[in-house]
Order: sequence, then structure tokens, then C-alpha cells
Amino acid sequence: MKFVDEFRDPTHAAALVREIGERVATLGRSPSRPLKIMEVCGGHTHSIFKYGIEQMLPPSIELVHGPGCPVCVLPVGRVDDAVKIAETPGVLFATYGDAIRVPGSRGSLLDAKAKGADVRTVYSPLDSLALARKNPDKRVVFFGLGFETTAPSTALTVLEAEASGVDNYFVFSNHITILPTIKAILDAPDLSIDGFIGPGHVTMVIGVAAYGFIADTYGKPFVIAGFEPLDVLQSLAMVVEQIARGEAKIENQYRRVVREGGNAVAQDAIERVFELRPHFEWRGLGTIEHSGLTFREPYARFDAEKAFAIRTVPVADPEQCQCGDVLKGVIKPWECKVFGTACTPAVPIGACMVSSEGACAAYYQYGRVSTSARAEARRELKVVR
Amino acid sequence: MCLGIPGQIVELVDETKKLALVSVGGVKRTVNVACIVDDAHPASGLVGTWVLVHVGFAMSRIDAAEAEKTLALLEELGEVQAELQAMADGERA
Ligand code: SF4
Repeated sequence: MKFVDEFRDPTHAAALVREIGERVATLGRSPSRPLKIMEVCGGHTHSIFKYGIEQMLPPSIELVHGPGCPVCVLPVGRVDDAVKIAETPGVLFATYGDAIRVPGSRGSLLDAKAKGADVRTVYSPLDSLALARKNPDKRVVFFGLGFETTAPSTALTVLEAEASGVDNYFVFSNHITILPTIKAILDAPDLSIDGFIGPGHVTMVIGVAAYGFIADTYGKPFVIAGFEPLDVLQSLAMVVEQIARGEAKIENQYRRVVREGGNAVAQDAIERVFELRPHFEWRGLGTIEHSGLTFREPYARFDAEKAFAIRTVPVADPEQCQCGDVLKGVIKPWECKVFGTACTPAVPIGACMVSSEGACAAYYQYGRVSTSARAEARRELKVVR
Repeated sequence: MCLGIPGQIVELVDETKKLALVSVGGVKRTVNVACIVDDAHPASGLVGTWVLVHVGFAMSRIDAAEAEKTLALLEELGEVQAELQAMADGERA
């Protein structure tokens, strides 16, 4: 348990690890049939790797890294659309830094920029609106990405653009919603998740009650968690405790930030500007019904898909890349043949290696040595069996 | 993108447009505060409040202790510098 020393409160952390261990021991699970707990949010994935939380847990618990990294789940076809818009003469394309290196089938936005497209990195949609005001002769397109944490920001920016009559501003919306995604994971036949660590900041927006179906219909525990390593450990302990008692509830470990009802202003903003698409394609997870956000009719003039006549064509991932399987938790990043060799954060082949919230990037950054050792161990096990 | 960063509101910039100046680790940046003002919490009382800022929008009020903890975590994850740089670059873009 050497990693526990790195915690701000090592005694508390050690106690939690012990508690989890004792509880799991009563469940009759084994390393070959582990308890599978998924952390949905990429922020948690990052925290788990940084603090080596996986290594502290008993081998009969497996953490499955979920699809909560918005940049990772963006399919190749949508990256291609973004590049196509950015390359249109007279366009200024504004994107979050996370997305600029994501490879499409004809290169990334960064490649387009190198070839002369006007691609700028922004921190906030507000910056992209400022760019539209500063460049009235250009069509400024913002690459709208993320779950309910960032969707209100895009919506409020569009409302501001409308109120102040900015008419050269567009958004290429790739916003996605969390609930249909979790439902798709629960319905997936090759994934049997026993419980969830829920996303803290998405829930800060949508509120706790929204997850009710996970406990009521699917009978799975779901604990909304903070991002501190102790938060993650405590939330894991709460999930395991529920399983041990045969319960399934939605619990909120992150009360310091997450209110029961979420944020009403943010919910209203999303509701006013966006509506659900009938379906939206995800990398790795395929098409998920009602999982994407597009513009409601009164705001259609801001829709880059309409303004640039975008018809997304599904494009397969590069052949070597198993990002899709990583996102589903079917394989671990180090099981991908090019992990850490042909594919690194500097030269990513797939999206999961780009954002720091992506599982491949997180493994690469923090876990390479220990996890490749585990890979060896697992290979040996396979031989023995 | 998803973790956000804590900051303290130091000045109200535009009450109608709900813009305030927030200090994040010493870097000041204009942030939209629409999501944290309502009848019970008017914009006029915001100065001094700690908030969690996501992509230029204050999304939640937090207390000073939580702010400190979150900042320490982001520091350890190596996210603070990148976030501050992005904030500064974004306004200059
Ligand atoms: S290591 Fe690279 S190529 Fe392999 S799955 Fe991850 S992102 Fe794809």
C-alpha cells in the first residue's frame, strides 16, 4: 500500500482501503470474476491513475474506465466534419485545446491549421464569441464539446450572441448527454458492471434525482463522487457497502459541490437552446439514441451543421486503434498493440491518447511501468490456464 | 475541461450581462456568473465569493476550504498551469 503515503490524509486512506478489502472479502468474488465498478467520468480516471488507486484495491475489484472523456468519444467522422468546416475559406474555427490534436481520417485540426486554416484555441465559448465580434468579415465557428458540464456554457453563449445580434457566429454542436450513455452501458451485453462512481460536475448541473432509473430499473448502486483521491476511495467504499448489503441506491458523496436539484439556471439554458437528436454516433459505443444535443428551431441559424451543409459520414477508427474497446472497458489500454510505441500523447493514433482524461493517455502518463508488469503477469496466467 | 478550476470573484464587471472578474491562482479573467445568481443570491453580493469555473462560467459556489483542496488536487494532476495558460491565451486569441 505504498501509494497511500501520497494522500493528504494517509491514515484515513489506509482505513478506507482496509474497509473496502474486508467488505469485498465477504462477497465471494475472485480475480477471475471480479466486482466491476465503472467510473463514468474522465476526471476520475485521471485521479485514479495519478494516485495509483487501482493498485491499492484488492484484486477482486476491477475498475472499468468509462466513456466520460468527451474528446475520446467523438467519432472520426465528426472530427472530419470539423476539419472540413475549418478549411472552408472565410471561416475562423475556434476549439478547446483538448480537441485540436484528435486525429481524423484526413488529419487533425492542428494539421489543417498548419496547412493554412484559421484554427484558434480558446478556453471558453465566450472567447469564440469575442472572436466573432472582432472578425465581422469571417464566419466564426465554435466546436461545442462536452457533457452537461459544458453544454450550459455553449447555450448561454448562443443566447448572448442572439441578444446582442451577432450574426457571424455558429456552433458545431457535439454536445452529449450522460443519462442515455449510462443506459447504453447498462444494456450492453458484453459489459456487466456491478456499480458506478458517478460524475461530480455533470451532476452539479443535472441534479441527483435524474439517475433514479439506475437503481430502480437496473438495480445498480451509483455514488456521485468528488475528485480528491479520498473522495474516490470513499465512494468506492460506499458502492461496495451497498453491494454487500444487497442494496441499490443513488448516493451523493460530493455534497460539498453537488446539490440535490442541480443547477436550475444551467438546466434552463440547455433546455431553451438545445433539443435531443434522435441518435448520435459515439466512438466505440456505436449509435446511442437521444444522446446528442442539437439546436432547437428558434436557434437554428447558429447551427454550423445547417450553415455548412454537414452530412456526417461514419468513418472507421484507424485499423490498429482499439480506442473503442478501451472506451467500453473491454480491453485495457496496454492491451492495444501500439500503446506506448507507435501511439503516444505526442503522436496519438487514437483519441484516447490525446486528452489527459483519456484512459490511454492516463495509463501512459502514470501507469506504464506497473501496468505493463501486470500485463506480463496476466499473459503468464493465460499460459498457465 | 471537466474538472473546472476554483477562483475568487474580485469585481462585478457587468451586472446585466452577468460578468465578473475572477482571480484564479492570481490570474484575472472575466467569467460569466449567470449560473450562480438568483433571487436569493444577487450579483451585487458576489465579490469575495469562491466559485468553481468551467470553461469561463462559474458553475457552483464553493467554500474557501474546498477551493484550496481542489486547487491542490489540480496542482498535483499537473492541470493548473495548462488551465491558466489556456485562460490567458483564450482572451488573447
Ligand atoms: S493506445 Fe492509441 S492506438 Fe491504442 S487504443 Fe489507445 S489511442 Fe488507440
